[in-house]
Amino acid sequence: MKTIRIPPTLRGETNGARQVRAAGGTVRELLDDLMDQFPALRAQLVEDDDIAPFVNVYLEGEDVRTLEGLDTPVDDDATVILLPAMAGGV
Amino acid sequence: MPSYRELLRQVKTEVEEVDAAQARELLESGEPPVLVDVRERDEWSEGHIPGAVHVPRGHLESRIEQAAPDRSQPVVLYCAGGSRSAFAAKTLEELGYENVSSLAGGFTDWKRNGYPTQLPRSLDAAKRQRYSRHLLIPEVGEQGQLRLLDSRVLLIGAGGLGSPAALYLAAAGVGRIGIVDDDRVDETNLQRQIAHSTETLGDWKAESAKRTIEALNPDVEVIPYLERLTSENVDRILADGWDVIVDGADNFPTRYLVNDAAVWHGVPVVHGSIYRFEGQVTVFKPHEGPCYRCLFPQPPPPELAPSCAEGGVLGVLPGIVGSLQASETLKLALGIGESLAGRLLLFDALTTEFSEVTLRRDPDCPVCGDNPTITEYVDYVEFCQGRPAHA
Repeated sequence: MKTIRIPPTLRGETNGARQVRAAGGTVRELLDDLMDQFPALRAQLVEDDDIAPFVNVYLEGEDVRTLEGLDTPVDDDATVILLPAMAGGV
Repeated sequence: MPSYRELLRQVKTEVEEVDAAQARELLESGEPPVLVDVRERDEWSEGHIPGAVHVPRGHLESRIEQAAPDRSQPVVLYCAGGSRSAFAAKTLEELGYENVSSLAGGFTDWKRNGYPTQLPRSLDAAKRQRYSRHLLIPEVGEQGQLRLLDSRVLLIGAGGLGSPAALYLAAAGVGRIGIVDDDRVDETNLQRQIAHSTETLGDWKAESAKRTIEALNPDVEVIPYLERLTSENVDRILADGWDVIVDGADNFPTRYLVNDAAVWHGVPVVHGSIYRFEGQVTVFKPHEGPCYRCLFPQPPPPELAPSCAEGGVLGVLPGIVGSLQASETLKLALGIGESLAGRLLLFDALTTEFSEVTLRRDPDCPVCGDNPTITEYVDYVEFCQGRPAHA
């Protein structure tokens, strides 16, 4: 199982969970498992069968788009961070 | 026991000496030595050899490693007449410096030869007192403080992030601070926006912050812009000349506008954002690192991006994130340290955890990429609302 960190703007869809355990050998499988657990997330993470352009997915601190995208293999006990843009400053 | 003269004569036989002409030749060579002025502050402030670093002999042992970290690098020392520098040279040899020489005849002989000298800029007594804790830091020192006093920082927003950033930058002696904000202080701001107070309720935030800053540090010139940053005014505001932009905006259109303008004007942006318990900080250095569009090519649909006004924010969180922005800004202004360029720092106040992700410049970025497709300001409100939400 791998740990996925859920940003505050998406916690409404994960019943407030800050971290979710998910299974899968690639980023795609991991996100599919996550979205099976919390179906409302799909609309916020995926667009045209790819990671939505306003969300970044980091595997061990690296943007998976600079790796192999959704096909990037994920080691056990890896940490994945979901990061949508936040605008707040005041 | 030897007399002073005997001791000096003895030391002079033990250390290398160069005369003014030889020293000048060395300094103009391809690999110049580290030139160290070991005189007292008042002597230094009346003029010194260009390129010299000032390490008074009384602090030589403790500070020389800052000036000359590599002991194999040649060092030339000078004082007024060549005596103190001879003793200093002996000390450096004892510290393991391999190639040390003393300027025979010192600064006096240098001047007599008609060689160039330089008058250092220096802080007056009041500023030396005010910034004394900066002057003690080798990486800042007097020249660094003068640099801060010459630096110009533009704050986008005088709210949660802008307040602490403005106060710390002002306290640090940043000479000119511009504040762009078209909002007025209201009660809901005071839980976190520490540049304002109950007394300034209803005032323009930029004016309220200006008064707070001036009370804190009269060395700082504050330029308030009582307007919202737009495609129409951004070039005029940036034309006033800013070294660093601190982005503490509260909306996506302004974030993208600040980014595009900063890339086109070549000004680094210290970016911060906050929501509830979490914050993000990074530095966007045009063309050296990624820009905001490399990080987030598109904003999320509005319903997926609640603001602090909608979702709330822990009052102290902007204090932490805004202070990190101030710290990054001071480093950029001083030209020291490693900035957050290429790194996004994430802070979670609820678990008290910092983490970091790597940001890379996107060669296909529409603004800072190799073949930019956006080369003039767009309608940023439309850009941020234009795409239909797929949710």
